[in-house]
Amino acid sequence: MHDIILKTEDVGVIYDGSIVALENVSLNVPTGRLTAILGPSGCGKTTLLKVIAGLIEPSTGTVKIRDKETIGPGPDRALVFQDFALLPWATVLQNVAFGLRAQGVSKREREKTSLHYIKEVGLSGFEDKYPHQLSGGMRQRTGLARALTVNSEILLMDEPFSAVDEQMRRKLQEDLLKLLKIENKTVIFVTHSIEEAVYLADQVVILSGRPGSISEIVYPEINRLGEIDLIRRQPRYIELVDEIWSSLKSYVE
Amino acid sequence: MSDPNNISQTPKHTAMNSVKFGAKSNILLWRLLSFLIVFLMWELAGRADISIAFPPFSKVAVAFVSMIFSGEFTTAYADSLPPLLIGLCITIIGGVIIGISIGLVRGAEWFIMPLLIIFQTAPVSALIPMLTYIYGISDTAKVVAIVILGMPLVALNSYKGIQATSPSLLEMSKSFRASWFDTILFVILPSAQKMIFAGLRLGVSGAFIGIVLAELLITPTGIGDLITYNRFIARYDKMFATIISILAVAGLTLGVMRMLEDSLFPSEKNE
Amino acid sequence: MLNSDMAKSKSSNRKFSFKRLMRTSPFWSLIFWAGIWEFIGQMGWMTLLPPLSGIWFAFAELLEQSAFWDAFAMTARTFGIGLGLSILVGIPVGVLMGISTRTDKILSIWVNLFLSAPITAVIPALMPIFGIADATVIATVILFSIWVVIIDTQAGITHVKDSLVEMGRNFGCSRWKIIIWIIIPAAMPEIITGVRLSVVRAVKGVIVGQIVIALIGFGGLFNTYLSYFLMERFWALIIVVFVMSFTIIGLVELLERRIAFYARAR
Repeated sequence: MHDIILKTEDVGVIYDGSIVALENVSLNVPTGRLTAILGPSGCGKTTLLKVIAGLIEPSTGTVKIRDKETIGPGPDRALVFQDFALLPWATVLQNVAFGLRAQGVSKREREKTSLHYIKEVGLSGFEDKYPHQLSGGMRQRTGLARALTVNSEILLMDEPFSAVDEQMRRKLQEDLLKLLKIENKTVIFVTHSIEEAVYLADQVVILSGRPGSISEIVYPEINRLGEIDLIRRQPRYIELVDEIWSSLKSYVE
Repeated sequence: MSDPNNISQTPKHTAMNSVKFGAKSNILLWRLLSFLIVFLMWELAGRADISIAFPPFSKVAVAFVSMIFSGEFTTAYADSLPPLLIGLCITIIGGVIIGISIGLVRGAEWFIMPLLIIFQTAPVSALIPMLTYIYGISDTAKVVAIVILGMPLVALNSYKGIQATSPSLLEMSKSFRASWFDTILFVILPSAQKMIFAGLRLGVSGAFIGIVLAELLITPTGIGDLITYNRFIARYDKMFATIISILAVAGLTLGVMRMLEDSLFPSEKNE
Repeated sequence: MLNSDMAKSKSSNRKFSFKRLMRTSPFWSLIFWAGIWEFIGQMGWMTLLPPLSGIWFAFAELLEQSAFWDAFAMTARTFGIGLGLSILVGIPVGVLMGISTRTDKILSIWVNLFLSAPITAVIPALMPIFGIADATVIATVILFSIWVVIIDTQAGITHVKDSLVEMGRNFGCSRWKIIIWIIIPAAMPEIITGVRLSVVRAVKGVIVGQIVIALIGFGGLFNTYLSYFLMERFWALIIVVFVMSFTIIGLVELLERRIAFYARAR
């Protein structure tokens, strides 16, 4: 078994004394693997991610990283946002360098690191462009590059590809898998797409809503070592998507 | 927020809360506190002898109450009200008609829109003293001043309201082969309602400015004259009381209009 | 038959060009209105409205008068100082109201009141305190223009996208870093719009202030020209003031456009 780098113990979030967003969420996130948090809209999966990121304090329970309780954001976790969260007045280079700038890294250093990751996500040549000049897919690559520069062990991705069209989405998923083969990161990935979860994840945590709690954990065990193109043809992939959809259907209705 | 379907359930737990200072508490209490603070500061400043012409809050308050009971306010407002109301009627009716017309008829827009923009942006008050020469010292001058200051705002807002009709609604109406008249009546005008109403509010604020200006510069009657007269006889407490009354009347009227606007045309954004 | 064909094409050509005219920018209609003005003036229908051509000469006369330049200097001075103070004080207050709920609760009722109130009513009260001088006009300009700066700045601050703030926290920025590096730049488009609106109001303020006092600056000149019925000079001055105000507002709009480029990508 792998190390568990992060775990949530009985996390609950209650708003205004009565609205239960999350309840009894205990999950283990293995090191170096991609854990997907899957569920329909409103089930609290983004709330869970924000608790893990340290942006929301849980009403009950704790988040532990390497068995140590953590409160608040930290250098061990980096977020990639659904709406990209890029500074619109800054160039791609400046945006990617933002995380390092916040840490006080010198200009030369941070530009060097940023350029490296800009290249890695496939944005070479766009360093001086502004967000409004970029497509959705390119904007998200910028967000991803920014998250990579700070060298956090854990990458938290909040429906990162949902604001992008279908073709671009598939490309980004593929590129993410290729990237993860090079970078040794633990990824927690929130999505409402069953296909996306099964395609990418080693562990799929299925959340049911109102109140948000874990309904099932599935381990796709799909062979990703070969051609990435062939993943969606594997029978295991197709079966799993069907299974998960059947069990989720009851929650959506 | 990244969970749009959850708006009705999720309270205002925004990220800004982590950056904002201060707690949430009773708004009414804070408003009261705010008034108290300002009145206190005024009292202290008044007593600090900055100028004879700056009386402390207490003196002004006393003058205010006395003027209500002595009927000075009643007489003055009674003088100002008729031209104000007439001016407002013309402003509103004329403004909305003009605004809608230039919104719907391309030719009218070409001719009239630049004039409206000039009247809205430029310091038109420079023209007010000229009104004396045309209308003499009369209520007509006041009405004209109100219309000059208020109508462009009403007209422009109605115009913008028409312009802002969603193109997809227009396409929809066209696809169902609705007549031009029906489209105006059932699609364009209802969609422009909110901006037209906002324009009315701006027109009212322009009207208040118009009548005060007219009464300060042209016709020595009404509430503007009450200010000038009391300044002339150095009763600064009464002068301030009059000014406060104008600000209060204008503030309340506009405030009520805003509340009406918000309840008739609720904002779609849930924040 | 050929004649009628030609007649048809002629009339359709004429219609065509009228429609085309309507499609140009409406501001070309000002030429039309200038023509109307000239016509009315030449006809002598309104003694108060001399022909535009006469005003053109008066305009040259105006520039030779030292009274004009004194008034211009005074207006420019009071406008600049008043507007400058409104912006320098208004923006920080707006930021404060955006980030501190306490400040917002205390100040918002006053800012909203003064935003749409007839400030003109307050000018007579300023005169005995500040005298018949620059100070009263500066105070008027500030009272006219500061509120919209505050409100628009506050609106810009509160409308900053949550995710930008969360992103800042995620990378470990302190509260003040988030305010200075993220929130204020993100609010810039609204802030500049507020500045533009405050310029419009400041122009009105400087003129109204001078007119109510009627003895100084352009206000004094308007008064003089009217009393002596020098209508050409009066209108020349009106046009000068209008053109000046539109130029300044136009400049601010240019600035607004440069900053607005990123407003779309927010």
